[in-house]
Amino acid sequence: MLKALGVRSIDDLFAPIPAEYRLNGDLKIPRQMAESEIVDFFRQRSRENGDGYTSFLGAGAYSHYRPVIIDSLISRGEFLTAYTPYQAEISQGTLQSIFEFQTMICELTGMEVANASMYDGSTAAAEAVMMAVRLTGRRSVVVARSLHPEYREVLATYATHQGMPLTVTNFNADGRIDVNELERSITAETACVLIQSPNFFGTIEDVDAIATIAHKHGAMLVVSIAEAVSLGILEPPRQADIIAMEAQSFGVPLGFGGPYCGVIATREKNVRQMPGRLVGQTVDKQGRRGFVLTLATREQHIRREKATSNICTNQALVALMVNIFMTVYGKVGLKELAKQNLAKTAYAAGQFSKHGKVLFGNVPRFNEFVVETSEDPYAINGRLLGHKIVGGLPLRKFYPELKNAALWCCTELTTRSAIDTAVGLVAESERSVGSSPEELEEMAR
Amino acid sequence: MKVPNKATRHVNQNEGVIFEKSSAGKAAWKLPPLDVPEVDTAKLLGGAERKDLGNMPEVSEIEIIRHFTRLSTWNYAIDLGMYPLGSCTMKYNPRVNEAVARVEGIANGHPYQPEKISQGALRILKTLSEQLLEITGMDAITLQPAAGAHGEMTGLLMVRAYHQAKGNARKKILIPDSAHGTNPATAAMVNYAVENLKSDSRGMVDISSLEAQMNEDVAALMLTNPNTLGVFEQDIHRIADILHAKGGLLYMDGANMNALVGKARPGDFGVDLMHLNLHKTFSTPHGGGGPGSGPVAIKKILEPFLPKPVVVTKSDGTLGFDYDRPHSVGRVRAFYGNFGMFVRALAYIQANGPDGLRQTTEDAVLNANYIRKGLEGTYDLPYSTPTMHEVVFSDKVQAKKGVRTMDIAKRLIDYGFHPYTTAFPLIVPGALMIEPTESESKEEMDLFVEAMKSIAEEVEENPQTVLDAPHSTRVSRLDETAAARKPILRWKPANQS
Repeated sequence: MLKALGVRSIDDLFAPIPAEYRLNGDLKIPRQMAESEIVDFFRQRSRENGDGYTSFLGAGAYSHYRPVIIDSLISRGEFLTAYTPYQAEISQGTLQSIFEFQTMICELTGMEVANASMYDGSTAAAEAVMMAVRLTGRRSVVVARSLHPEYREVLATYATHQGMPLTVTNFNADGRIDVNELERSITAETACVLIQSPNFFGTIEDVDAIATIAHKHGAMLVVSIAEAVSLGILEPPRQADIIAMEAQSFGVPLGFGGPYCGVIATREKNVRQMPGRLVGQTVDKQGRRGFVLTLATREQHIRREKATSNICTNQALVALMVNIFMTVYGKVGLKELAKQNLAKTAYAAGQFSKHGKVLFGNVPRFNEFVVETSEDPYAINGRLLGHKIVGGLPLRKFYPELKNAALWCCTELTTRSAIDTAVGLVAESERSVGSSPEELEEMAR
Repeated sequence: MKVPNKATRHVNQNEGVIFEKSSAGKAAWKLPPLDVPEVDTAKLLGGAERKDLGNMPEVSEIEIIRHFTRLSTWNYAIDLGMYPLGSCTMKYNPRVNEAVARVEGIANGHPYQPEKISQGALRILKTLSEQLLEITGMDAITLQPAAGAHGEMTGLLMVRAYHQAKGNARKKILIPDSAHGTNPATAAMVNYAVENLKSDSRGMVDISSLEAQMNEDVAALMLTNPNTLGVFEQDIHRIADILHAKGGLLYMDGANMNALVGKARPGDFGVDLMHLNLHKTFSTPHGGGGPGSGPVAIKKILEPFLPKPVVVTKSDGTLGFDYDRPHSVGRVRAFYGNFGMFVRALAYIQANGPDGLRQTTEDAVLNANYIRKGLEGTYDLPYSTPTMHEVVFSDKVQAKKGVRTMDIAKRLIDYGFHPYTTAFPLIVPGALMIEPTESESKEEMDLFVEAMKSIAEEVEENPQTVLDAPHSTRVSRLDETAAARKPILRWKPANQS
């Protein structure tokens, strides 16, 4: 090939790079590894990474069963190694599956249109807020303090330079947003109210009441849904103007936090301000049904600095996992799945309430609950770890006033015996006189 | 719209949408028996209880397998052949990457599990970070951004924070006219004005324009290098000097890093910050449009502004997250980024080592030059500047017959190839942007060149064949105008539509 090009050596092709910037030696990285060595390296890392532990963690990342056909199907090279379906004639597989994904998200959320996916639930929430700002022409935002704290942080990052003032509304003794405070926070400049339901504590918000307040003042309601399985048994927030979802629960591995699958869904009339890819149905020259990327005039490759967002690559393969999961469980299975989550959680919360205080107990919840103990939850978790159990998430990092409270989660995968063991150990902890909290906190990290 | 369920000669061409296969009672799921007491959902949830899941499908497992397998056969993919989308770096996606990403403790680690039992994941974050820093010649890195455009945003947030810390956030970002659309869209998201910078006759940044436009209002220049013409900006250090002299920063869009890995390091030629696309340069699969991953590597001056948390080694030698970063731009995503992509990228670097990475880059550049040589004379080459990893032709010759770049692209499908990138960069009217990557053999590229030459002949002899292409696909050209005019964005049953 060099001969065909009429050059003496490969280095001639790199002549455009000024000589002083060309590397002469090797990069200082380890030598080539054989496949067996690579597999071995990652197996080793896996053993150092919680393999074999029973976990009660949720908080925006949920452990649900993943039907095996998800990986069988997404591993097909035709899905795995294709790119964004710009060339529709040879991308009908990806395009049709996204169309089905959009449809099912609409069915589940009660919205009229959904996009092809966003990076994750946190960035979807931030982009949904910016969308509400564009739609209303107003600039400020009221955020529930019961929204996932990391989602709030992401929104703050996105909002900083957009000149979008954020106001945070606290929660009540029942764990739900304080509607009186909410009403006081909304002004004529409020573009939207952003809440999460079930909220960060697993508690179901009174979406009706919140929507009424927001709409009364001409603000939009944006609802973030972090636990998608809840949609199987909970009435979706149909009163919302925009829903920003994290669909990880639908067949996406926990994967230490990513990749996940954000989605934005909304009313038809808002679609032209929606960020992200959209697939639409059309016909070919012979009148056959086919699918294409559409409404691209919202997007960066056409509109450049006037685009609705800079998003380009999204989470298509993860959206395909979600799509297959929704298809597997479908109309009946999703409901039964959600019911099992509800039953396990009700049982666990009941057991815990015998030994510790379960907070926010008077309003409906889905699959998470907050347990307050007299002992430091980091200390309790330190002991649980010794039994290969990962206890609930201590909340004081995010909510200093909830000093000894932890957020516990149960899914269909949580067994009664795991719940009983954990409850037993927490009860034992509560009875015992602990070591110094600092020492135990260090243990739990 | 109800499609009649009629038999055709090719069952793959008769696959409806999944909802059309649904009927009550079919199921592909089974839950274990409940080991805790049943609950009364009405009592627990009251008015919050959902009664109906609308048109969600009910289908069997074999139907699902066939449905998606049939859909998959309507896709083109790298696994089927050359996919020369310029600037997308459609290289082979090694399967060992997929295998290691699915090892139990890696696939199922919870982002909030205690650090004590997260040492494996933290080690992966740290190792990948160190190796990417060695590859780029930079000082510090964040892996948090979920894609290239997200990395751009993160980078510009750091640019803004840097200037703000000096007392003036500045007003605008310079962006060459050859840049990808995400660059200006990102600048707008970070509330900077965009100022266009024109290219010179070589397709490079016009130095005198840069000198004239650079002033204390400019926060940074966003530059892709090699640029979208596949041309290395030879005056790169001068560009950096012009910016630095007026206090500006040089941001490098690393979309085309596949031309540099192991051969040159942006940190050595004056770049202050840059993003990488793990789904381009580092072989993580494109997956039909994501997930991507867009780490941002920076020089020391920007380190205080990194998104939080950052991975640190603690006094006892274990790894942990540091959240105490008072100057941080904040978080750009929940948790730590697209971790599964870090695993794959690290496996790729391990499989290559220093010699493999260098060879990869050399092969990518060699392949692009081989294609350039093969097609020069047949297609118009608007810039004769030396080619790195991709080459940009134009449809100037073929346009005389009324055939445009998109038509040639569609005809290429009939020859068994995925089209190149069409109509981009904007500085080349009717562009054909071709990036073969290192993955293609000489045999595959010879076939591609032959196909492109054959299409050029067809344009001369029978342009209609090209204008009507593709002829061999399941559907012919689709009506995009109709799709946008009256959008149908979801399926509805016949009686509801």
